[in-house]
Amino acid sequence: MNIREILLASAAALCVGLPVSASADTSDKTIALSNNYAGNSWRQAMLTSWNKVTGQAVADGVVAAADAFTTAENQVTEQAAQIQNMILQGYDAIVLNAASPEGLNGAVKEACDAGIVVVSFDGIVTEPCAWRIAVDFHEMGRSQIEYLAGRLPDGGNLLEIRGLAGVFVDDEISGGIHAGVEEHPQFEIVGSVHGDWAQDVAQKAVAGILPSLPKIDAVVTQGGDGYGAAQAFAATDREMPIIIMGNRHDELTWWKEQKDANGYETMSVSIAPGVSTLAFWVAQQILDGKEVPKDLTVPFLRIDQDNLEEGLANTEPGGVANIEYSQEDALEVIQAAM
Amino acid sequence: MNLRLPSETVRLLIPALSLTALLAAVFWLQPRAMSYIGLNLLFNLAVPIALATIAQMLIMAVNNLDLSMGAFVSFVACVAATFLHDTPLLGWLILLAAIAAYAALGVIIHLRDLPSIVVTLGMSFVWTGLAVLLLPAPGGQAPEWARWLMTAKPPLVPMAIVASILIALVGHLIVMRSSFGVLVRGVGGNERSVERAGWSVLAARAGAYGLAGAFAVAAGIALVGLTTSADANIALRYTLLSIAGVILGGGEFVGGRVSPIGAVIGALTLTLAGSFLSFLRISPDWQIGAQGAILVIVLALRLLLNRLENRERRR
Repeated sequence: MNIREILLASAAALCVGLPVSASADTSDKTIALSNNYAGNSWRQAMLTSWNKVTGQAVADGVVAAADAFTTAENQVTEQAAQIQNMILQGYDAIVLNAASPEGLNGAVKEACDAGIVVVSFDGIVTEPCAWRIAVDFHEMGRSQIEYLAGRLPDGGNLLEIRGLAGVFVDDEISGGIHAGVEEHPQFEIVGSVHGDWAQDVAQKAVAGILPSLPKIDAVVTQGGDGYGAAQAFAATDREMPIIIMGNRHDELTWWKEQKDANGYETMSVSIAPGVSTLAFWVAQQILDGKEVPKDLTVPFLRIDQDNLEEGLANTEPGGVANIEYSQEDALEVIQAAM
Repeated sequence: MNLRLPSETVRLLIPALSLTALLAAVFWLQPRAMSYIGLNLLFNLAVPIALATIAQMLIMAVNNLDLSMGAFVSFVACVAATFLHDTPLLGWLILLAAIAAYAALGVIIHLRDLPSIVVTLGMSFVWTGLAVLLLPAPGGQAPEWARWLMTAKPPLVPMAIVASILIALVGHLIVMRSSFGVLVRGVGGNERSVERAGWSVLAARAGAYGLAGAFAVAAGIALVGLTTSADANIALRYTLLSIAGVILGGGEFVGGRVSPIGAVIGALTLTLAGSFLSFLRISPDWQIGAQGAILVIVLALRLLLNRLENRERRR
C-alpha cells in the first residue's frame, strides 16, 4: 500500500463513518500504543493490561494488530520521532500517553493530516484534532468530601495530606478537596502536610504535625500516603480517623486487616492503570465510525467496604489496584460525555 | 586503492555509504517511506539536530567541546515559543544576546585558558535554569513563520531534504571555503603557528563560538517550528546527538579536522538509525544499545579506512 492508497482508504473510511451506520468493520484496522515511559509499577501495569486486552481483541478478530511501543528515553523529541514512524508504518490509530501536553502537537498534527485517529490518555495532548481521555483530579478530591459528608453528617476536623509541592496534580486534587469543604461547611481542614505520595514521607509528616492538632475525624489524601498516615496515628493513643485510601496495595492490605479486626470502614479511590485499555476501545469505536466527543473523562476506580476483597485481589503487591476495561465500558464513557 | 581521492572525499565516503545503506534498509523494511511524505516524516526531526551538529562542529573545530548544546537549544526553543511569538523584537534581542554570550564564552575560555568542557557544563545549568524560568510548565506557541517554514511543502523534494542540503552547503561555504573557516580550522590544527602568522586566535575562537551560537539558535527555532510548542527539557538529548553526529560524519575531537557535509550526514544517519530500529520492532530496552552498536560499527569502518589510507601513504 502506498501513501496515496492509504489516504484514499482513510478518506473512504471517513465517508463510511460519517453516516449513522456504526457497523463498519474494524477487523483490518491496526492500532499502535505510543508510550513515553515504563519505569514505575503504574506504567508496567498499564502495559500489561494493554497486552492482555488487545491480545484478546486481536485473537477475536476485532482489530488486526495492536502493538505497544515505548520510547527508549522519556523525551519529547524521541516520542515525536516514534509517532512519525508510526505514521509511516501505516497504523490506522495511535493511542498515546504523551511525554508533554504541548511538545508533541506537531507530530500529532502530522498524524491527523495523514488520516490517523489519535487518542491521548493520562498524559494528554492539546492538539485539537486528537481525542483526550483525561483524569478529573479535581473531582477526585471533591468526591472524598462527598463520601465523608455521608459518613459524618455532623462534620468534623480534617487533616489534609497533599502530594508533591508544585506539581499540577497536587494543586488539582487539593483544589477539589477545598471546593468540597466549601460545599459542606460542617467540615474544617485543621492541618495540611505534604506526603509526596509516598507512605514513609507521609508517616513522618503526619507524626510531626499530630501533637499540635485537635481531634481528627478524617484524613483526606491523594493516594500512596494513606498507609503512612495510619501508621502515624497508630503510634499515638488517638482514635483512628477515617483515612481515605488511594488503591495502593499496602493501603488496601492495612484496611482489610482493620476491617477484619474491628469493622473499620473507609473508601479508596484512584485511577486504574488499565485506562490504556479504555483508550484502546475508544480508538476502536472511532475507527468503527462512531461519533465520539473529543474530550472524555476517565472513570475513577473506587473501592468501597463491600468490594474491598475483590479490589485487593486485583492488586499486585507493591502496585495499584487495576481493572481492564471492556468495549461496553468504553461505550458508557462515550455516552456519558455526549 | 589505485584511485587517488583527496582525503577530504575519503573522509566523507564512509558516512555517505552508511547513510545510503541505512536508507536502503529502511526502504526495504517500510516501502511506504519511499515517498515525498515518507521522506519528510523520516527526516524532518533531523533538521534541528543537523543545525545543532554544525554548531557543535564549529566548537570542535577549535579543539573544544560544548556540553551545553542541548540545554542551550532548549533555552532557545523556550524563547522562540514565548518572546519570539508574543514580542518578536524583544525575542530577537534576547537571541542576539545569547549569541553574544556564546562569543563571550569563547573569549573567556581562551583568555583564562579554561577547559571548555567545564565551562560549558556549568553553562548548561544556567541555560536550563533560564529555560525553566521562561516556561515552568510545557507550553508557549511557535512563531507563525517558523511553523510555516518547517511545514512548507516545496515541489518535488520534501522540506527536510531541502533544509539538510542547504545547511550542509552553508556550513561548507563557511568552514571549508572562507578565510574565516580556514583560520578556525587552523586554530584547531596548530594554534601557535596561526598566532605566529599574525592572526588573532582570540578573534577566531570568539568567532567560532558566536557562529556556533547562531547555528544553535537556528536549531532551537527549527525545533519549535516542528513541535509547535516548547518545554524546558525539549532538546536535552542534543548534546550527545550533536557530538555523535560530528564524529559519525568524519570529524575528530582534535586537530581541526571537521566536515560540515559529513556532520549533516551524521545527523541524518543518527535519526534514521532510530527509525530503522523501530521498524525492526526491536524492544525499547535494547534500542539504546543497538543505536550504540550502529555507531561502533560505523566508527570501526572509519578506523579501518584510516589505516588503509595511512598504509597507502607509507608505500
